Amino acid sequence: MTTITARAMGQALSRVDGPAKVRGHAPYAFEQPVDRPVYLYPVEAAITVGRITGIDCSHASAQPGVLGVLTHLNAARTSAGASGELGILQSDQVAFRNQFVGAVLAETSEIARYAAGLVRVDYEARPHDVVFDAGRRDLYKPEQLAPSFPMDTDKGDVDAALSSAPFALDQGYTTPRYHHNPLEPHSTIAVWADGHFTLHMSTQGVHVARACLAQVFDLDPDRIRIIAPYVGGAFGSKVQPRADAVLAMLAARMVPGRPVKFQLTRQQTFSQTGYRPPTVQRVQLGADRDGRLLAVAHSCTAPTARIQEFAEHSTRSTPTLYATPNLRTRQRLAKLDISTPSIMRAPGEASGMFAVESAMDEMAIACGVDPVEFRIRNDTDTHPLTGLPFSSRNLAGCMREGARRFGWDQRDPTPRARRSQGWLVGTGVATALYSVFRLPGSASIQAHPDGRYTVSIGAADIGTGTWTALAQVAADALGVDLTQVELQIGDTNYPCASEAAASSGITSWGAAICEAADQLRHALADQPGGQLPPQGLTITADMPENPYLQQYSMHSFGAQFAEVRINEFTGEIRVPRQLGVFAVGRIVNPRTARSQLLGGMTWGLSMALHEHGALDPRFGATVNQDLATYHVASNADVGNVEVHWLDEYDPYVNPMGTKGIGEIGMVSAAAAIANAVHHATGIRVRDLPITLDKLLPESRPVTATS
Amino acid sequence: MDVDISIRVDGDTHRLSVDTRTTVLDTLRERLGITSPKKGCDHGQCGACTVLLNGRRVNSCLLLAVAHDGAEIVTAAGLAVDGQMHPMQRSFIEHDAFQCGYCTPGQIVSAVAMLGEAAAGWPSFATPAGEQPATPDSGGMRDDEIRERMSGNLCRCAAYANIVPAIREVAEA
Ligand code: FES
Ligand code: FES
Repeated sequence: MTTITARAMGQALSRVDGPAKVRGHAPYAFEQPVDRPVYLYPVEAAITVGRITGIDCSHASAQPGVLGVLTHLNAARTSAGASGELGILQSDQVAFRNQFVGAVLAETSEIARYAAGLVRVDYEARPHDVVFDAGRRDLYKPEQLAPSFPMDTDKGDVDAALSSAPFALDQGYTTPRYHHNPLEPHSTIAVWADGHFTLHMSTQGVHVARACLAQVFDLDPDRIRIIAPYVGGAFGSKVQPRADAVLAMLAARMVPGRPVKFQLTRQQTFSQTGYRPPTVQRVQLGADRDGRLLAVAHSCTAPTARIQEFAEHSTRSTPTLYATPNLRTRQRLAKLDISTPSIMRAPGEASGMFAVESAMDEMAIACGVDPVEFRIRNDTDTHPLTGLPFSSRNLAGCMREGARRFGWDQRDPTPRARRSQGWLVGTGVATALYSVFRLPGSASIQAHPDGRYTVSIGAADIGTGTWTALAQVAADALGVDLTQVELQIGDTNYPCASEAAASSGITSWGAAICEAADQLRHALADQPGGQLPPQGLTITADMPENPYLQQYSMHSFGAQFAEVRINEFTGEIRVPRQLGVFAVGRIVNPRTARSQLLGGMTWGLSMALHEHGALDPRFGATVNQDLATYHVASNADVGNVEVHWLDEYDPYVNPMGTKGIGEIGMVSAAAAIANAVHHATGIRVRDLPITLDKLLPESRPVTATS
Repeated sequence: MDVDISIRVDGDTHRLSVDTRTTVLDTLRERLGITSPKKGCDHGQCGACTVLLNGRRVNSCLLLAVAHDGAEIVTAAGLAVDGQMHPMQRSFIEHDAFQCGYCTPGQIVSAVAMLGEAAAGWPSFATPAGEQPATPDSGGMRDDEIRERMSGNLCRCAAYANIVPAIREVAEA
């Protein structure tokens, strides 16, 4: 693998889309100008499971301005292979509360919404099963998830090691349901004309979306074009198209030639766009008298939807964390009558590392070892399960640098020992880890005779800074000035590329661009006199295989630190300071990278203290389905957030040396806060979120112990 | 029922007939094609739709257009004068105070109005009793004042730690 020289990479350039975004001129999906739009408003199931026995559309249809009412009786047939949530309006069956059972098309959004309320649907409800409980008898082991992580792992004899370990811990941890809530709700404008769909869609990957929707509609992918230059946040909820896109397309089939506009309401996003499922986890640790781990066991159970499987793989990263001779992970699911959970930022790590890194804090205390030192002492040069060396692993470096910057040496480990004006003060630390993922795709480069290069790739910018950072990569891949590069992304007319997910964007797209640049150089050398022909030259190349994949284990690492203050009388929790140090390979653009990492850390704070989707057992849906009752961190919740990284270059991951930064900022930030809360109060909260009721002496026992 | 109204947006007058159920936000976005204010919740819970209405910041999703005949509205697009960005817009770019940018026009309008409110002496929850939130010669505002006053504008990308210094810099200028 040839590596590229950093010239544009490493520069803290401001976003190229900045001037458009601060004016509000960057067009998101719903803002693309279209003629004579038709507005769509859905009808949602008012039962949890059962079947539709009758639909009366007459009142809705009679409204002036209504163009049609879509139900399972008149909707176009989609592919029988379109399983799960995408198979809407294909039968009279209802699989979960708020599933789409119809929709109204009208000349204005007001008419559509009003008329949707006039559609009368009669149901025959069946009993539903929506309550998750880790003691259920029907738990099962899920199918193996992409890309290649086993659901169960085993090494050595965990039980024997635990029973003889001088120090042993066995604790349960839980995390609740989390909803992505990108600020731009899922939106689609769909046009069906001449046997082709054109979609303006809020998506993390135009090609992934197209492949999926082509299958649903039994169409050649060439007959669908998806355009998404700007996306208003996604966090995993816009990787796979959801039922809202299918509904918009079904509606477009009813009004050929006219653009159908459909944006979910905030409330609808809670049932239609996936969520991180709640988890019930158990962590067992054993350690010797020197504070070295003898055994690590981690199990997770979570609910999934009966209609479609998804597993929050909370145990995924556990085997990679620390040296241990004995290791066991287990992942189990329960199928319920609920909407389908999905990928959400750091899927698995966010929930799983909260548990493991809380347990590590408890174990450090039990062993009498400083929590930073405890993690360094259990660091490893080789992957504990596979035995492979790491392509780069700077966990200890992150811990030491973080401790130095945070002022960790001054810390008195005694819980509940620091007070300041009625506030208990504490600090905590946790290890962050996220794996390096690469997803296949391609890119094309057109060399123009005037020295410009057009780089085209069906990639996405969901706020990650792709427009800026990928152009920096392209300039260095070509060895030219950034001003000579024109980047084109966010359109299926550009070469097939992977989605902006799993922190894999720059890694995958960049590797494809580097390959195209290489091939372009070779093609140029083959030209007479090495001269570019007058019409220019275009090369399209696939991301090459990485020869080191079988030789090295590839991951990003980090150390998360937090300071908390707990009001002694009210239990109010403040987080005046978070500090993260990350070893994530080369940083392409320090300005946008810092934003991604600090955004992730704030997500961790939000997870630790605020977010909690409450499922109503009577309905099987989230009750607090808006931004007033589902609290995400607001400005006043956030204190100082310091982001640092180690200078790290990893020659094995890809030609740029990047390892991905989209998720690791979030990983273990919640654990660092929970550990700081314990340090401040002496109370160990093992059930997120950490709310003040769990910290007040009178209300302590239910979910926390001293 | 439709009603004729006239509104001025970023200096341009628009006469149109609106459904009495139509919000100011939908009037701007869906009728006039002015998409600088965004829709994040349609419920007054996120601030993405913030505009200046007769000089004050409002959530335009909570206002019915029919009740605002003759209103003067300024969006983030209208803060830029003669193609020159407002200092707040420049500061947001400089501090990378956004990622996806969807909350950004609302944040910027809100920040501009908020500095005016503080300068006029309006206290916030974070203002110590008997003190002025910001005086022209005190060199701007404390961070907790900014955070408190900007908490009606959610940013799910969580750029808050950049938004605060972006605003502080303008406040100090
Ligand atoms: S869209 Fe108006 S406050 Fe959210
Ligand atoms: S920048 Fe994405 S919501 Fe604020």
